[in-house]
Amino acid sequence: MPERYDPDEAVAPTGAGGVMDLATSEGETLEKLPGGPKGTGPAELDPSAPSGERARSLWSDAWRDLRRNPIFIVSGLVILFLVVISIWPSLIASGNPLQCDLAKAQEGSQPGYPFGFNGQGCDVYTRTVYGARTSVTVGVCATLGVALIGSVFGGLAGFFGGASDAILSRVTDIFFGIPVVLGGLVLLSVVTSSTVWPVIGFMVLLGWPQLSRIARGSVITAKQNDYVQAARALGASNSRILLRHITPNAVAPVIVVATIALGTYISLEATLSFLGVGLKPPTVSWGIDISSASPYIRNAPHMLLWPAGALAITVLAFIMLGDAVRDALDPKLR
Amino acid sequence: MGRYVIRRLLQMIPVFFGATLLIFLMVNVMGDPIAGLCGERQCDPATAAQLRKEFGLDKPVWQQYLTYMGNVFTGDFGTAFNGQEVTELMAEAFPVTIRLTIVAIVFEIVIGITLGVITGLRRGRPVDTGVLLLTLVVISVPTFVTGLILQLLLGVDWGVIKPAVSPEAPFNELLIPGLVLASVSLAYVTRLTRTSIAENARSDYVRTAKAKGLPRRRVISRHLLRNSLIPVVTFIGTDIGALMGGAIVTERIFNIHGVGYQLYQGILRQNTQTVVGFVTVLVIVFLVANLLVDLLYAVLDPRIRYA
Amino acid sequence: MRGAAHARWAACAVAVALTATACGGGGSGGGGADGIVSSSWGDPQNPLEPANTNEVQGGKVLDMLFRGLKQYDPKTGEAKDMLAEEIDTTDSTNFTVTVKDGWTFSDGEKVTAKSFVDAWNYGANLKNNQKNAYFFGYIEGYDQVHPEQGRPTAETLSGLKVVDAKTFTVKLSQKFSTWPDTLGYAAFSPLPSAFFSNHAAWLSKPVGNGPYVVESYAKGSKMSMRKWDGYPGSDKAQNGGVDLNVYTDNNTAYTDLTAGNLDLVDDVPASQLKNVQADLAGRYINTPAGIIQTIAFPFYDKAWNTPGGAKVRTGLSMAINRQQITDTIFHKTRTPAKDWTSPVLGVDGGFDDSLCGDSCEYNAAEAKKLITEGGGIPGGRLKLSYNADSGSHKEWVDAVCNSINNVLGNDRACVGNPVGTFADFRNQIGQHKMPGPFRAGWQMDYPLIQNFLQPLYYTNASSNDGKWSNPEFDKLVDDANAESDNKKAVETFQKAEGVVRDQMAAIPLWYQNGSAGYSDRVSNVSLNPFSVPVYNEIKVN
Repeated sequence: MPERYDPDEAVAPTGAGGVMDLATSEGETLEKLPGGPKGTGPAELDPSAPSGERARSLWSDAWRDLRRNPIFIVSGLVILFLVVISIWPSLIASGNPLQCDLAKAQEGSQPGYPFGFNGQGCDVYTRTVYGARTSVTVGVCATLGVALIGSVFGGLAGFFGGASDAILSRVTDIFFGIPVVLGGLVLLSVVTSSTVWPVIGFMVLLGWPQLSRIARGSVITAKQNDYVQAARALGASNSRILLRHITPNAVAPVIVVATIALGTYISLEATLSFLGVGLKPPTVSWGIDISSASPYIRNAPHMLLWPAGALAITVLAFIMLGDAVRDALDPKLR
Repeated sequence: MGRYVIRRLLQMIPVFFGATLLIFLMVNVMGDPIAGLCGERQCDPATAAQLRKEFGLDKPVWQQYLTYMGNVFTGDFGTAFNGQEVTELMAEAFPVTIRLTIVAIVFEIVIGITLGVITGLRRGRPVDTGVLLLTLVVISVPTFVTGLILQLLLGVDWGVIKPAVSPEAPFNELLIPGLVLASVSLAYVTRLTRTSIAENARSDYVRTAKAKGLPRRRVISRHLLRNSLIPVVTFIGTDIGALMGGAIVTERIFNIHGVGYQLYQGILRQNTQTVVGFVTVLVIVFLVANLLVDLLYAVLDPRIRYA
Repeated sequence: MRGAAHARWAACAVAVALTATACGGGGSGGGGADGIVSSSWGDPQNPLEPANTNEVQGGKVLDMLFRGLKQYDPKTGEAKDMLAEEIDTTDSTNFTVTVKDGWTFSDGEKVTAKSFVDAWNYGANLKNNQKNAYFFGYIEGYDQVHPEQGRPTAETLSGLKVVDAKTFTVKLSQKFSTWPDTLGYAAFSPLPSAFFSNHAAWLSKPVGNGPYVVESYAKGSKMSMRKWDGYPGSDKAQNGGVDLNVYTDNNTAYTDLTAGNLDLVDDVPASQLKNVQADLAGRYINTPAGIIQTIAFPFYDKAWNTPGGAKVRTGLSMAINRQQITDTIFHKTRTPAKDWTSPVLGVDGGFDDSLCGDSCEYNAAEAKKLITEGGGIPGGRLKLSYNADSGSHKEWVDAVCNSINNVLGNDRACVGNPVGTFADFRNQIGQHKMPGPFRAGWQMDYPLIQNFLQPLYYTNASSNDGKWSNPEFDKLVDDANAESDNKKAVETFQKAEGVVRDQMAAIPLWYQNGSAGYSDRVSNVSLNPFSVPVYNEIKVN
């Protein structure tokens, strides 16, 4: 997923980048307008401000909003369901996803096997249920890794600026120049392990610069705020400013982009399988099943339909969740 | 402005070297390419050694990289294993991919921004929800599935398009592949424009413009759209590089002989010269596109000045 | 092809309105005009030099462009004289070759003895990096022009001598009675002097002595071959020419065929085999080819080279339900293997469908018993490696593993291990890094039983990837090669094959057929035993 390129030193201080995080993306340009509303949002919400309104933090506001948002509730329930079946797939599927009988290959729905059989004669229903674990693991772990590495590097670069920032920005450029699918083809083709970790590792490797840039942008924006200047004037240490003042205000865009990225990572796993470099058996995943079913789309669409549907619903749920969180975290859109 | 451009151009140099080195190392990690050239048998050791020598594969990696970069600066991008000059491959592949990218970008701009403006102005209405769901579905279904389904429906069942693009790849044959390639970005552009429009629609300058009694059309096109386009332009700018190099899947499904196809072949045959050469050009495209986007900011927002 | 005719016209109208695409070419669609056949193709991996082409895509072109001393009959595979007037020997070592009169290259140059000798010297010389140089390895002096290490000490093969314009002699470094039958292979084609004088120009537009000439060649996308009216041979082209279009994915090629944009697809993907009857209404051929697929074992790995190993391997062979897999996955485009050769050899050529016997028959109980007796699968898990970038390997590997797993009652006993690229796959084999058995495929170079055994199982042979070694087998092969009586030679080779069976050096899976689909514009389509379409016989309706 490409993202907003920010013209770094050219337009200092520049806003956060990121595909969806427009709430903060152009604060600096609009601030110059008389009474510009931007940038004041986070300032009002400084959690360390010694006011009695502490309970009305950004987060509690957002939470109150979210609880009333049907999109959040639906997507939250879907994700909860996915997490549960990822941990205990046997709750709703009694079969064995690796038990296959070639005699039943490509057969359609029949009693006890609602989704029919795939090209190897494995039960599509059981495989779809068991595939959730892999796909959710790939999505969640890749996102966590990307968010962690990206926000630490990006945040520090944005906060300290100068040479470290310049170097980091150039490094992210380097990674951006390499198309993701290409990187996957090259790097994953040498992997022999059949676990999910190489795939996750690859996604983190090529994904972190994106979040790093967003984190950097939003830290730069937050850094300019009056309350940070005030805290600095009062003699607060760097680490205190970073942890207490900047992080809470800069984390929103990271969360938003991360939830969207999560969906795209799950989808990317399927694309990698299509190109023959994705996950390997005996791992069961939607990506493997979608890619092996796609040539048979004319004869046995059910083999493709179910895992692809499950993938679409999952990605949809995470994107909608991200969307709802973004709206809730943006005070102006209330 | 001039100084800014020069500084940006200078900054490209380390990025350029870094990116080429990275891809060079990545392709090298894949191991010895010679073994794949002899079919289902062991290459005879003498020929293998000779080939390794000819392609410079017998030297340490750093030396290979230096030699390669030295050659690149004299315009020599090396030779693919099938004996073709990489520059020759590029001359065939890039025009096709550029056409495909243009089609995709036009789709992004025309459909994406239109849908974005409509939904942004009608936030929460049924049309907004409908487009929202549509874009989310597009994002969540992998491109190869969309591509295969469209190819089958339009190409075979309805006979509207040719399922495979001819080697000349004229614009009219690239419409559907371009749409497939653009689909995910299209969804992003729609979402971006929508958010941006919705946000700016509440801003004071729009309110002022409305209060002055300007016609709605003028408010939207002159004030609202212009200010909302910055993130969209940024996205499309960065997308150019991604579209050109990321068409591996689309080009494979529709049999388009462009950059994605050459890269895919290059990787399968572990042809360092091809892969590194194409990626080098893609990196340059990416960097230049970014620079242009940044310069476009000044056009879209006069308050931005480059020092 | 499902839409009715008028629906297609409606669609064409829409297409014209939308994109200005012409919908001409008549209702049946199809590629070019004027008797031109359009056919699917893959980008050749190597430059199109005869001795440098070792895969079927480049082979297709050479097949249309060149005629050698011998030509394999497209139906029987028998090696028949083409340019050779006669090839004489008294001792199976010294051969005298006489070239027929009246043959020329399409640029007018006469084909003489020198055309052959120069071409062979070029192919054998290390300096020219010809990947099929080893074909000349039987000729005396090969070690000097193509040493294992270092630089060549001679420019030409000492075993080749031009006697006059029509005649040359060949001296082999060992007895090889059936050597003349190998001469139908493309590497032995004659070359015109233009090949040597302006090599780059020749490569961009090759010139040969076959029934077709190259009209244009856009590397990586398309080659247009046209009928050569002055072709002196009897197998003249029955069509105006052939356009070879490169497809990255054979699924797309097949889709294009069904949409009427292509006339011939010579590699129907396994996933579409179920549709061919409905899509092509019988315009589909499925004929045996000289290809066998096997599972090879890493004998260099001690775990796989145990005294009980033969039992385990035989057990694994019996745990594979070949019939079910070939029926379900391949829709009978493969035939369960009964020996280690190919039916295209014919019974006289050494094919024997009783050679493997029970060891190749599915028998779950016996399989499980043998594997247990032999000490079980080394390491408890069998990782079956294959390259994921081409062919429909994933499907059959998964099916083979499922079959083995069902027999053993353990759903993780066998798993497929995809390797991203063919190059990496070959590397891991070459460097002995394979974590277990791996897929092996063998397409014959020439239809001799020797070609199915010696390169694959002889100690340290070029395609003996598992490094299997058995003195008894080696001796039988040596004896067979020295045998001047063809029938006795074949019998001795079959004895050697028996050793392969007893040791289960490799598990034979199935014989691969050539399969092709074609449009209603063309007829008389067939595949030769090398699974290459016989282009010159195709007629355009």
